[in-house]
Amino acid sequence: MSRNNMSTNQNVLVKLNEAGFSLDNKWLVKGVSLQVEKGKIVTLIGPNGSGKSTTAKIALGIYKKIDGTVEKYTNKVGYVPQKISIDWTLPLRVNDFMVLTENLNKETIDEALSLTGVIHLKDKNLGDLSGGEFQRVLLARAISKKPELLVLDEPVQGVDYTGEIALYKLIKKITDELNCGILLISHDLHTVMSATDHVVCLNGHVCCSGSPMDVAKNNEYKALFGEQASEILSRYEHRHDHIHTDEGEIKKN
Amino acid sequence: MFDDFFIRALVAGIGVAFVTGPLGCFVIWRRLSYFGDTLAHSALLGVTLAFTMEFNIALSVFIISSLIALTLIQLQKKTNLPGDALLGLLAHSSLAVGLVVIGFLTFIRFDIMGLLFGDILAVTVDDLLIIWIGGALILLILKLIWKPLFASTVNYELAEAEGLNPERAKAIFTILMAAIIAISIKMVGLLLITGMLIIPAAMARNISTSPQSMVIYSIIGGLLAVILGLFSSLEFNTSSGPSIISAALLLFILSLFRIKQSIKLKN
Repeated sequence: MSRNNMSTNQNVLVKLNEAGFSLDNKWLVKGVSLQVEKGKIVTLIGPNGSGKSTTAKIALGIYKKIDGTVEKYTNKVGYVPQKISIDWTLPLRVNDFMVLTENLNKETIDEALSLTGVIHLKDKNLGDLSGGEFQRVLLARAISKKPELLVLDEPVQGVDYTGEIALYKLIKKITDELNCGILLISHDLHTVMSATDHVVCLNGHVCCSGSPMDVAKNNEYKALFGEQASEILSRYEHRHDHIHTDEGEIKKN
Repeated sequence: MFDDFFIRALVAGIGVAFVTGPLGCFVIWRRLSYFGDTLAHSALLGVTLAFTMEFNIALSVFIISSLIALTLIQLQKKTNLPGDALLGLLAHSSLAVGLVVIGFLTFIRFDIMGLLFGDILAVTVDDLLIIWIGGALILLILKLIWKPLFASTVNYELAEAEGLNPERAKAIFTILMAAIIAISIKMVGLLLITGMLIIPAAMARNISTSPQSMVIYSIIGGLLAVILGLFSSLEFNTSSGPSIISAALLLFILSLFRIKQSIKLKN
């Protein structure tokens, strides 16, 4: 398929063309092109301050004065933000939070809360939840709407280790069941990469992108994350037929 | 049945309480009490203009308050001054200009106390129509924008990301604030309108566990405050506004005991 056909592809949910965003004359991120398609997981990786969350917010249309363009082909969006500041003086139970942006029936709410393992917290005040519990509620809320596009900004932060794996499995399962596209931001290279279709490595700009294997082999990625990260990433895709010298050169076995 | 001034005042006050209940909750949730104060202070200018041009008071107050709200938004964009400084600037300068204009209008006798603190004797049948029709409209519009307004109150970016258009909801809510001030100025007086918005809602917060229940308790609190306040205003010959607000304060104090109880139950 040629590149031109891709943009008119019916499966595309959101497409960024050379998108960038600046604040006070400082570029947070610049020249990002990517697209999320139905049933595919696109993962953004990069060090702190590399513009991952900014890119997600550009894709979501939260930032409006941007460079480049965003083409959005769906209105059914679920979002799990990285940071969420909720005024805890608001009397808000988990159940009220679930219907924040869309009215849902009881079965739908219960199903989503059960999937992320927090159905027992349904009538609790949102302010009384722990960080990990709240993260599960955020994820439940985002998937309960049965969105076409899910944007997950570090969705499992603060969740215990076993829960983390279970939630990533759940995210993968949801993609398949709902056939929705996911734009995922994560630090955890181990768990994420095994399920990701496309990786975009950011560092203020797109440093490299492609399949997890392609990215793992990229020298800029290695420079950014180090050799070890590269091996983690590629382990799921292939067996090493070579070793790396200290200078980063490839030495055939 | 509306011949009696007291019945008129009661019907007017009940109408006002139905609207200030839900709006007051948003004033608390969105931290807008000083914004409400600013709009209320500017209402005096609206009243004086209504007298000079022989124009309907409620409509004139509504227009001036809306203009002040728009001015505030523009000033926020164009200056580096903090929000509270801008609010103070607009509140006091519009109040001052209003009072200066009154000074010039020597040919009209003004009941300044009535304007500032409300006057139940002044409520006419026309006012009743304005309060009930205007109030119904405000509530209808609030119901229509409830979802985006509430969602963006909880979290702006979530609402924006999931396509709820929070900016539009915020703009409409600002207009509704100007409208409630316009219709309740005669009852409560312009210095105490924000109290009517905040105190019943604050009382409701103490005893509610969900946004819906807070709105309902806030309305009930407002109704009780109006009824209690007006009867004592009649009994003790006090201004209607301060009487209503004092009654609301009493309810708030009572609600504090409920908090203590629920904390005890938890432990």
